[in-house]
Amino acid sequence: MEILLAAAIGVLVAAAAYLLLARDLPRALLGFVLLGTAANLSIFAAGRIGTMVPPLVDQGERALAADAANPLPQALVLTAIVIGFGLAAFTLVLIRSAHDAFGTASADEMDEAERPDETPGPAAVAPAAASPSHRREAA
Amino acid sequence: MDVFFFQSLTLPLVVGLAGAAGVALCRPALAARLGALCAVICLAAYVGMAGAVTTAQSLAMPFWGIPSLGVAGGLQLDGLSLVFALLITGIGALVLLYAGRYLQGDPRLPRLMVLLLLFMTSMLGAVTADDVITLFVFWELTSIASFFLVGYDHERLGARKAALQALLVTGGGGLALLAGLVLVSIVAGTTSLSGIIAAREVVLADPLAMPAMLLVVLGCFTKSAQFPFHFWLPNAMAAPTPVSAYLHSATMVKLGIYLLARLNPVYQDVVLWQDLLTWAGLLTAATGALMALRETDLKRVLAWTTVTALGTLTLLIGLAPELSATAAVTFLIVHALYKAALFLIAGIVDHETGTRDATALGGLGRAMPVTAAAAALAAFSMAGLPPFVGFVAKEIVYEAKLAAGGMAGVVASVGFLVNAAQVAIAGLLSWRLFFGPLRPTPTQPHDPPKSMLAGPVLLALLGLLAGAAPSILGTWLVDGAVAAILGRPADVPLKLWHGFTPVLALSVATVALGVLILAGWARLGPRLRRAAPLDRFGPAAAYDRALAGLVAWAEGTTRAVQHGSLRGYMRTLLLVTALAPLGVLVARGGLALPEAAPVDPRALAFLLIAAGAVATALARGLFAAVMAMGLVGFGTAIVFLTFGAPDVALTQFTVEVLLVVILATVLIRLPLRARDARTGRQRASDAAVASMLGLSVALVLLAVLASPFDPRLGDWFGAQSVPGGHGRNVVNVILVDFRALDTLGEIAVLAIAAFSVLALLRGAGRRLRTGT
Repeated sequence: MEILLAAAIGVLVAAAAYLLLARDLPRALLGFVLLGTAANLSIFAAGRIGTMVPPLVDQGERALAADAANPLPQALVLTAIVIGFGLAAFTLVLIRSAHDAFGTASADEMDEAERPDETPGPAAVAPAAASPSHRREAA
Repeated sequence: MDVFFFQSLTLPLVVGLAGAAGVALCRPALAARLGALCAVICLAAYVGMAGAVTTAQSLAMPFWGIPSLGVAGGLQLDGLSLVFALLITGIGALVLLYAGRYLQGDPRLPRLMVLLLLFMTSMLGAVTADDVITLFVFWELTSIASFFLVGYDHERLGARKAALQALLVTGGGGLALLAGLVLVSIVAGTTSLSGIIAAREVVLADPLAMPAMLLVVLGCFTKSAQFPFHFWLPNAMAAPTPVSAYLHSATMVKLGIYLLARLNPVYQDVVLWQDLLTWAGLLTAATGALMALRETDLKRVLAWTTVTALGTLTLLIGLAPELSATAAVTFLIVHALYKAALFLIAGIVDHETGTRDATALGGLGRAMPVTAAAAALAAFSMAGLPPFVGFVAKEIVYEAKLAAGGMAGVVASVGFLVNAAQVAIAGLLSWRLFFGPLRPTPTQPHDPPKSMLAGPVLLALLGLLAGAAPSILGTWLVDGAVAAILGRPADVPLKLWHGFTPVLALSVATVALGVLILAGWARLGPRLRRAAPLDRFGPAAAYDRALAGLVAWAEGTTRAVQHGSLRGYMRTLLLVTALAPLGVLVARGGLALPEAAPVDPRALAFLLIAAGAVATALARGLFAAVMAMGLVGFGTAIVFLTFGAPDVALTQFTVEVLLVVILATVLIRLPLRARDARTGRQRASDAAVASMLGLSVALVLLAVLASPFDPRLGDWFGAQSVPGGHGRNVVNVILVDFRALDTLGEIAVLAIAAFSVLALLRGAGRRLRTGT
């Protein structure tokens, strides 16, 4: 069971990495979300899995039954899911803003700060003129 | 020890620094005089202290120690230091005076004065330091001063390149020197120079002795322009002439010689030391003589003869019994006198005629008689003609070479040729320049003002006076310095007339050959200049190639590491993340499989996750990818649900639905290239990297699951939930009670993210409107 879960998580991480390496940022975002899911599942698995009994203390009992699931990873994962969602939403809007500013969603074409194989000349100057800060000044 | 202030060794350093500050503040017209005055005060101070310095006695006082670092500090004035100190201050005063006139009207004159005074102070500090660290600091300060002075005309590319070359060569050697000095101090147990010399047996017995010696010698060779590091010195002639006269002939380039002489008592019996110095010196002297005959620029001619002189000095220290030590000190003083004079004369010629090209100049004697007389005096000393001190020096140098044991034949015959070249060049600089037919020059030549004439005339006259009474020079200066070089007093009297000896015959032959070379110079020079291999395969060319290679290597590394491609950075990150843990896991034997529970239908959810992940990665369109990602989310939620985590499952469901809806909404509104833009090859290599990472994570997770589990934390929460938190849902109690502050933080993070999203959306909308 655990081996199968580990294999599934491995596939999930591989898919996430493959997407992160894509040139367009929306795909990278999908990879990012998948990577978060893989992390959550890893935490969950590391707290040991197997039982189907939720960590609820039965009526009349003072402590959790021995066959109940480990509550700690669940608490951690719960927090992580919500934070991951917030981060994904924020990144999504960033990508959209970048797309509005640069007219592209490809990471290779957003090279304001660093340019692969620096080629000084008109080609290097033109995109800089269209940078967001310049536009803001113009507005 | 108690000495009154005028005998204080720190006085010249204080005066030099104060003078530099004063020169920076005063009017340019006064700067040169104030600077020369400072140098004269320092000179007077050293003359005053000279009485306290004998062959057996030296002045010492504490200075700038760092006891916590084991740096002893301290200044010392013995015979060797005194010779250098007198040359530095004496020639310094004349050069400063000269420079004020030479560069009159130049707005940068005060800066030059400040740098010259700082240089003088550093030199004095270096030659009076009794501590290797103090010595090193002053040593490097002279290199830095030299950098700025060579690059004085910083708007000229040639000057900048020459300055950088001088700094890189001497600075690189300086690093070797530092390492060598530190090694020596560790071995000797003290940083004090006199302490190191006293502990010579201990120093030599240590296995580190040879590496330390080689490093120190390397530093000295770069500073004193020994082959193969000699090439920076002629290029340093890009500096103004007073600077060349002062730094690059009389003082700074002799600092390496100074340290070799200073450490000679330690190493004089080491065969490697003797051989290194002898052969490097010989090669340097020969190279300098050959190259000097190739040049037509007066300053470069002089620079190459300086290289020759430095080689001769190194050679003499390498030979090292009494005779050659005496010869070295005498030649050192003599060379400083005539070479500084000749440099200053070359500057006068350049200043008054507008050219320094030896082939274009001639017959200047009628227009500038005083200059011509001074040039003749200095050149006679250089050529080693009686009754000049140069003759005394040359005689004793020949004597020392002939007494050099097994190597006497080689050393003396190379010395003979080198000296003949020196005679020829001395003739070039006096006879050809000032006598014979007058050649037209860009400007009408005439004698310069007194402040420019003072230097060469005084130095040339000193050469004549010292030649007339060499025994005074011997007892006053040379003997003390020789005692310092040998570590014991030596009794070699300096004489002008030795009688009819083989050495005299050698001298006569030298002059005869020199005159022959001079007569043939007009034909020999151009032929040598055409010998291109000398330029193409010399150390200078190697330096250029090394520098170009270094820059290219730096460029290549920067391009490889800072390539600017996000994908590239990401690949590196992911690969390291994959390989580092995997490497440790394999190397430490951590690979393990957990004791697995039997497989039940819940594993279908795993299959759903894996299938969804693959589908997301391989989906053609972006929209399909979002849907496939939703599949992964639902699979995950099912895992949570079926493994006893209903709360987490609920959250996962909610978030997944929201995310898919938001993604679909936002992405669909953007005119995006829907297809993955990677080429097939890129996909393949990306897939390889990704698989590596997936494998790594899976194996690490399995290793974690195979290790023993510590359930205490979970058990504690399970036991404390009802009594402590008054709740039966343990996960809830953890979130809102035990870890309530974390949850508050989480809420804050979400709120901030929401506000940021809002701000970005509004901003983006406004930009879009103004942009269209």
